[in-house]
Amino acid sequence: MMKTPNNNMPRNLPKGVPAVRKFNGAAFKRVIKLLFKSYPVLLPLTLLCIIFSAIIATMPAIFNQQIIAAIEDWYLSRDWASAKDIIIPKIITLASLYVVSLLSVFTHTQLMAYITQGFLGKMRKSLFESMQNLPIKYFDTNKHGDIMSHYTNDIDTLRQLVSQSLPTLLQAGIVVVSVFFIMLLYSIWITLVVILGVFALFSITKTVGGGSAKYFIRQQKSIGKTEGFIQEMMSGQKVIKVFCHEDKTKENFDKVNEELFKDANRAHAYANLLGPINMNIGNILYVIIATVGGIFLLSDGFVNISLSKLFGREIIFGISVVIPFLNMTKQFTGNVNQLSQQINSVVMGLAGAERVFELMDAAPEVDDGYVTLVNAELDKDGNITESNKRTGIWAWKHPHTDGTITYTKLEGDVRLFDVDFGYTPEKTVLHNIDIYAEPGQKVAFVGATGAGKTTITNLLNRFYDIADGKIRYDGININKIKKSDLRRSLGIVLQETNLFTGTVMENIRYGRLDATDEECIEAARLSGADDFIRRLPKGYETELSNNGSNLSQGQRQLIAIARAAVADPPVMILDEATSSIDTRTEAIVQRGMDRLMQGRTVFVIAHRLSTIKNSDVIMVLEAGRIIERGTHEALIEAKGKYYQLYTGAFELE
Amino acid sequence: MIKTLIKSVREYKLPSLLTLIFIMGEVVIEVLIPFFTADLVNNIKAGAPIESVIKTGVLLIALALISLCCGGIAAITCAKASSGFAKNLRHDMFIKIQDFSFANIDKFSSTSLVTRLTTDVTHVQMSYMMIIRTAIRSPMMFIFSVVMAYTMGGALATSFVVVIPVLIFGLLFVSRKAMPAFRRVFKKYDKLNESIEENVRGMRVVKGFSRENYEKQKFAKAADGITEDFTKAERIVALNTPIMQFCMYFNTVVILFLGSYLTITSGGLKVDVGQISAMLTYGVQILMSLMMLSMIYVMITISLESMKRICEVLNEEPSLVNPENPITEVKDGSISFSDVSFKYSETAELFALEDINLNIKSGMTVGIIGGTGSSKSSLVQLIPRLYDTTKGEVLVGGVNVKNYDLNALRNSVAMVLQKNQLFSGTIKENLRWGNENATDEEIVAVCKLAQADEFIETFDDKYDTYIEQGGTNVSGGQKQRLCIARALLKKPKILILDDSTSAVDTKTDALIRKGFKEFIPETTKIIIAQRVASVEEADMIIVMDNGKISALGKHDELLKTSEIYREVYEQQTTGGENDENA
Repeated sequence: MMKTPNNNMPRNLPKGVPAVRKFNGAAFKRVIKLLFKSYPVLLPLTLLCIIFSAIIATMPAIFNQQIIAAIEDWYLSRDWASAKDIIIPKIITLASLYVVSLLSVFTHTQLMAYITQGFLGKMRKSLFESMQNLPIKYFDTNKHGDIMSHYTNDIDTLRQLVSQSLPTLLQAGIVVVSVFFIMLLYSIWITLVVILGVFALFSITKTVGGGSAKYFIRQQKSIGKTEGFIQEMMSGQKVIKVFCHEDKTKENFDKVNEELFKDANRAHAYANLLGPINMNIGNILYVIIATVGGIFLLSDGFVNISLSKLFGREIIFGISVVIPFLNMTKQFTGNVNQLSQQINSVVMGLAGAERVFELMDAAPEVDDGYVTLVNAELDKDGNITESNKRTGIWAWKHPHTDGTITYTKLEGDVRLFDVDFGYTPEKTVLHNIDIYAEPGQKVAFVGATGAGKTTITNLLNRFYDIADGKIRYDGININKIKKSDLRRSLGIVLQETNLFTGTVMENIRYGRLDATDEECIEAARLSGADDFIRRLPKGYETELSNNGSNLSQGQRQLIAIARAAVADPPVMILDEATSSIDTRTEAIVQRGMDRLMQGRTVFVIAHRLSTIKNSDVIMVLEAGRIIERGTHEALIEAKGKYYQLYTGAFELE
Repeated sequence: MIKTLIKSVREYKLPSLLTLIFIMGEVVIEVLIPFFTADLVNNIKAGAPIESVIKTGVLLIALALISLCCGGIAAITCAKASSGFAKNLRHDMFIKIQDFSFANIDKFSSTSLVTRLTTDVTHVQMSYMMIIRTAIRSPMMFIFSVVMAYTMGGALATSFVVVIPVLIFGLLFVSRKAMPAFRRVFKKYDKLNESIEENVRGMRVVKGFSRENYEKQKFAKAADGITEDFTKAERIVALNTPIMQFCMYFNTVVILFLGSYLTITSGGLKVDVGQISAMLTYGVQILMSLMMLSMIYVMITISLESMKRICEVLNEEPSLVNPENPITEVKDGSISFSDVSFKYSETAELFALEDINLNIKSGMTVGIIGGTGSSKSSLVQLIPRLYDTTKGEVLVGGVNVKNYDLNALRNSVAMVLQKNQLFSGTIKENLRWGNENATDEEIVAVCKLAQADEFIETFDDKYDTYIEQGGTNVSGGQKQRLCIARALLKKPKILILDDSTSAVDTKTDALIRKGFKEFIPETTKIIIAQRVASVEEADMIIVMDNGKISALGKHDELLKTSEIYREVYEQQTTGGENDENA
């Protein structure tokens, strides 16, 4: 009865409205398997309790019949003393059955709450773990909102599935079967009437439900349209004011709003109708059974057929059969209804499960690298040996097939040889890229958006793998280097700064988890962030939330730079790290960057040519090819593309 | 709060009322059905003639059909009432928001306004539907069933004396305990989802620093905590079923026992088999109605938060209103600030602008330069009265801006906002925001002036090119030029460009400025820019620093007098004449 706050009530079809999907057997099997595997003892116990209480729920019919039969026998003689010997034991038996049922209901509802939440917790964790293992490509090609909805909407439908739909399905199924059996035990004729009634009920609800589903889908579209309109207008509200466009906007809004109203009205009208229809057809059926039962009872020629004969104790057709039938009819229709509703929500739940599994099954990032990064020392002969302390010197540990191990000092020498790459095999976006970056050199990339600058950096840290060519890092093919170690040796600062919820200190320490407070502060000082951090209300302990929204863009960027600084990597990638800062602030950030770049191999991407003028080499990219390369002076001299850019004849988009 | 919301029901009062009436009809009949069925049963048992059995049967079916009609009509009117109410709520909020001033908009933020207009309204709509259908139905069902049970069953009804308080107490206990528990978990749950989102967004950082395992551990810890809290809360709610079952079972046992005892001892006179069966039905009805009530209670408490947020919008007073006898004509484009100070909200500690005195003659070109946070935008936003000054006054055309009709003022003062936006629609439609009746020639003319015509002509559909929501299918520089053209179409007396050419290359930028000089010389032009080159030739340059005018003058003078100006200038020129094409 409670839902998560991201309550999308209108999105989920209401109960009883048929879903427009097919039952997914594979997902169903997998959910059940997972559940059993997680709770091998508790789950069967829960199921047992459910079955037990469901069977007991159908018992009153039998007791009703027997007690009323007893009343029929004794009420004319008003002999309670004799009647009680028969009636009281029956009531006591019923009461004790009820007690047992209550216990099992209590047990299974409590266990179900425990199992459901435990299961969801498990699913959340394995979702997150699988997500962490996915390649960057997954995040580049899937909308973030879609990924998020696995955690919110899909998990929510799973909850519905496990905690409600499946147990109810089981319970209602058992009740339907047992009630049906008891009905047959009493009278096949009346059972037939009940079945006919249920059939009629279904053909009506199916029509109404179908209409409802149709309009709910329409309402869905309308909601989407209205939300889109509202979103656009709210974010452009200031523009609307500046252009005095309020009246026009109101007019347009009313149009969209009216559309939504019409669709919502229809969808809800149909859905609302289901309630009274079920209720009253149930009532009509109830009355028909009473009347038909009465007619049978009062007709002389009526011969009851029942299965009771098979059990050797024939039940005599009388009022004691008709009355329990009344309640059984209600129970039967009610549970058949439940069944059909729950089948719908099971189908929807399984669709959610399937989406969750899709993410869990997405191919993880492969890492066949075996060259690792280790702390190293130089012995007196200048040979590199491995050390278990943090020495400040790093080396690549390269095991060979013959069992020998070589160590190569981490220097930051990066070379690309004739590299081709495409995000999809059909479209190559980088052609014949050759780059030689010696340790400590600054390499800059210039070019329009889409020219392939960021793509090159994506290849260096192996967010993507090259299609052709070779990349060597300190002479080692980067495909041989373990990804986590490769990335540890490369620091990146991106245009879009992502900070995490937590204190400023924690955010800086993200660069190196074992860094001390002093080291973090030192890194902040180096990158020019220390000054403003100290002026924050709680200094380094200031809590950041919502991607550091309480800081300015420039301040966020400074923290990101400090974060990279504390990692102290030999190679740095700066992708538009200072782009959206105004010139005055940039001067401060730039000083931090310059200090950070000292002694490292640096790859810089920048729109502002002023920030890359002093690079050792500038590469001008166009449509995935390096069209010019050289120092600033050389390129100006050449009077090519770079010259045009520099003199403002060209606009970089 | 309820009062504010109810005002929006308006023309849907009738369907709401009809729903109530028909639901009442449905309930009354539904309660009558077991009563007549009892008769039927007793008749059958007593061996009455078939005709009388059929007669009662037909009557009962008729009753059920009437109840079906009532229920059906109520279902339809209820849908209309609640969807209509939702429509009106959205309408009222939207209209209200259109009257909001910039200050009001800042207070709410656009994303929160979107939520209020969408999700929150849906919640309230659902609650309203629940209230007019179930909230009337359940108590009525409860009362009628109890009354019928007592009149009919007499002594049998004593079991309700026990069951009803037990159920009420049980349900109250559960919802009282569960609600705060859930509220707490949901808060945590929101945080968890936020941190997932952070991860999705920052995956390059996570992977770049090889922090996958660290993130997994962090998440597992948080997720386990939430699982524990959720389990606790769910287990409380899970008590509902056994409590309900207990009441049902207790009822059944007591009625069966008392019923058979009374029937036999009275020979079927006091109570009969029909009554026993009817009492069982009433029992179910009574208990179910209580159960529904507790669900409504939960539902309404959940939507209370939404109601509150909607009311906040509806009750917000626009902070800027038209004066009583507004002046509708702006004489010329002269501007003057006298002793102006300004802060964004009364509670703000710092002034965004302090002691501004300024005189701008009509037709002048004024440049404004300064770092982020130096209040350049705040300064110009006072001119079209997007905000009101805290102290001092702003005059446009010699008249205090507060005395103008807002539309008249804003139509004469065209402002191209820093955070600008195009709307989904064709280029032409977008441009006509500036002037609805502009001819195609006028549109082309302003586009030429804004240097936009050239690239528009390269599009397949030219001026009929469709702009996607948020203007995603044009580049930053193109978008800026379209925004300038849109403002020009107003033929304003004052044109304000708030950092509006930052994505335009220097050459085009210069062409735009040249065009202004030639074609709209009478218009006062105020240009906020990051690039010194954009303001270099202005008649007057204002250097802003920390909410104050730090220096004022022409380019050459400022190079000598203003340290800030010189610093910016030097950085930009030594860094290369071309800057920030970003």
